[in-house]
Amino acid sequence: MLRRRLLTLAAMLALAAGLSALSPNDTAAAEKFIIVQSTTSTQNSGLFDFILPKFTKKTGIEVRVVAVGTGQAIKNAANGDGDVLLVHAKPAEEKFVAAGEGVKRFDVMYNDFIIVGPEKDPAGVAGMKDVKAALKKIAGAQAPFASRGDDSGTHKKEQSLWKATGVDVAKASGGWYRETGSGMGATLNTAVGMGAYALTDRATWIAFKNKGNFKIAVEGDKDLFNQYGVILVNPKKHGNVKATEGQAFIDWLIGAEGQAAIAAYKRNGEQLFFPNGPGAKPS
Amino acid sequence: MPDATAGFAEQALDVRRPSAILPLEARNLVFEAGGRRLIDGIDLRLDAGCRTVVMGPNGAGKSLLLRLLHGLIEPSAGSVLWQGKPADRTVRRRQAMVFQRPVLLRRSVSANMHHALRANGFSRQEARDRARDWLAYAGLSGFADQPARVLSGGEQQRLAVARALSLGPEVLFLDEPTASLDPASTLGIEEIIQKAAASGTKIVLITHDIGQARRIADEVVFLYRGRVEAFDQALCFFDAPGSAKARAFIEGRIVL
Amino acid sequence: MQDFGAAFGLAFGLILSGDADLAEIVMLSLQVSLSAVAVACMIGLPIGAAAAVYRFPGRAALVVFMNTMMGLPPVVAGLLVYLMLSNAGPLGGLGLLYTATAMIIVQTVLVTPIIAALARQLIADLHTEYDEQLRSLGLRGIRTIATLLWDGRYSLLTVALAGFGRAVAEVGAVIIVGGNINHATRVMTTTIALETSKGDLGLALALGIILIGLSVLVNGGVLALRATAVRSAYA
Repeated sequence: MLRRRLLTLAAMLALAAGLSALSPNDTAAAEKFIIVQSTTSTQNSGLFDFILPKFTKKTGIEVRVVAVGTGQAIKNAANGDGDVLLVHAKPAEEKFVAAGEGVKRFDVMYNDFIIVGPEKDPAGVAGMKDVKAALKKIAGAQAPFASRGDDSGTHKKEQSLWKATGVDVAKASGGWYRETGSGMGATLNTAVGMGAYALTDRATWIAFKNKGNFKIAVEGDKDLFNQYGVILVNPKKHGNVKATEGQAFIDWLIGAEGQAAIAAYKRNGEQLFFPNGPGAKPS
Repeated sequence: MPDATAGFAEQALDVRRPSAILPLEARNLVFEAGGRRLIDGIDLRLDAGCRTVVMGPNGAGKSLLLRLLHGLIEPSAGSVLWQGKPADRTVRRRQAMVFQRPVLLRRSVSANMHHALRANGFSRQEARDRARDWLAYAGLSGFADQPARVLSGGEQQRLAVARALSLGPEVLFLDEPTASLDPASTLGIEEIIQKAAASGTKIVLITHDIGQARRIADEVVFLYRGRVEAFDQALCFFDAPGSAKARAFIEGRIVL
Repeated sequence: MQDFGAAFGLAFGLILSGDADLAEIVMLSLQVSLSAVAVACMIGLPIGAAAAVYRFPGRAALVVFMNTMMGLPPVVAGLLVYLMLSNAGPLGGLGLLYTATAMIIVQTVLVTPIIAALARQLIADLHTEYDEQLRSLGLRGIRTIATLLWDGRYSLLTVALAGFGRAVAEVGAVIIVGGNINHATRVMTTTIALETSKGDLGLALALGIILIGLSVLVNGGVLALRATAVRSAYA
């Protein structure tokens, strides 16, 4: 009897191993899917969960999103580990295309960055519009500031803003300037935990559930504009790229249907992303 | 040895032809460990057809001698010879050993038999038949499907002896097989040993039990401090031991 | 900050609701980790047993290596496997990156050293007990190892459990090679990491409670099996 039970166990293990070999996830040939290298902000905001099923329903193409920082997403795509790149760091994206890694870049949508901070506002920046002035004040007060520090699109943006203010944050790193080296959500968790200001995209912030007593401190500067772009990974350079399916996704995303889907996504009644691709309805 | 591997089946229970591997000789056998000479130059010749009992006080080197003869350990010097030659594969297959505390596998009684038989080249069918026959021989048929480790001490040792004999050895070494058994179990084991001896298996048995030695022995090797102190026919050894130490041992006096 | 009571409530609510997404994630977690443990056992047990039984050149180095690899940081394992499976890497052509198979591979890398090292210890102890008897019965090489592995089977189950614990609790490696893709490679731990980064700490904690519950079930099941074996003296 015991032997039988043991055989059952062995059979279960074998079955598990067999299942994994036959897993529908891996039978790539059986169903069409593409891999999109994208950013944590698009995923954490819930946008993909909202729009991707619409695309899949229409075309039968499943979209598998790998959500990492923009820097890592671009690197992964440059390794050929993805069919489509959807990120938000225009200069890096253009470099990616110029290097022959991508075919062509299209604008998809935008939202804006904001600076969030604790309610008691130690640097006194609440309500400011001029982001550079606000950053200078934060630096002057040596109020804690949590940076992504992960080469993501948001991080690149923040770096360019600091550069424009002339504050050398590298010197303050480990002091009031704190680099988390993590995704947007993790950085916000950290910022809330230690009462630090942080630069975030609005979409992630609206969807974020651990806000504590944090409020939006700075918003509305045109320097805080946050543009997303989409690029097909170059099939000439990476033979495994599913060009047809990838292009179909891009065409849909920047076309009328995808743009309308983006505009329709709301959290707490607020629109999170504003389509501005070729197929966007003029507002 | 033209027919060295032939006829396992008739060896099993019947009287068999003269041994193909005996005599067994130890020549100037030495075993050292930790700088101590535990076996100190033993010369010995064991012939077919008689039951040899090895006796001696603790630390005399009885178990070591048996392990050296059986080939479980290598001597530091000297040699163990079978028909004048070092043990080869055939010789190793035609001897078996029963330990004081048998190591039974964590399986059923019949699986223990089957495992040993299969490891010694018996076919599935042969192994099944032999296991059944030898379990019956050892009076263990009713336990075939039980886990070996829930058997009583006596039953476990009977199984160990049956397992050893099922391989059809010409020489069976036994290292105090009944040392931790009650009198009834002891007699059960002795009965099996006697039957095996009667059917031609060479018995080499270590025991502390003088009664057992008297019941079994044709000849006695008396070891003392790693040397052969006396080696005699059993009758001579027990009636008129040539060695003072052996006499003291038999009479139950303490031998240091 | 959500309190623990609420998280427990949420956890039970999730379980009772029979949420399809949750079921999918739980099944994938089990499938990946059990497969990885099964493969790791097939590789690790013979290696561990060989290191316990044989003396061969480089044996000490192998043991040191196994013990060191037990502490291999998952994220490093993930990176190594990513570099192998990436389309820019040597095995890119297999197309395994971002699949459940990739996660099984990386967890196998993490678990095999644990299985091998713990099995070595256990089999070495068993070998001390069995050595003379097995040699007396004429066993050599592979047969000795097979005998020891089979006789140690119930003790080895706890070794497999230790491996399963590491596999199912691990996040750093699977998130790199699996990509935490919804409905494809999302497992319990990567979901917890994702919900944490969304700031939904209550849901993350609830999922954590479910993961722990899952481990309790697997552990309990295996230990019950072992207890049965002990009662009948097979272990």
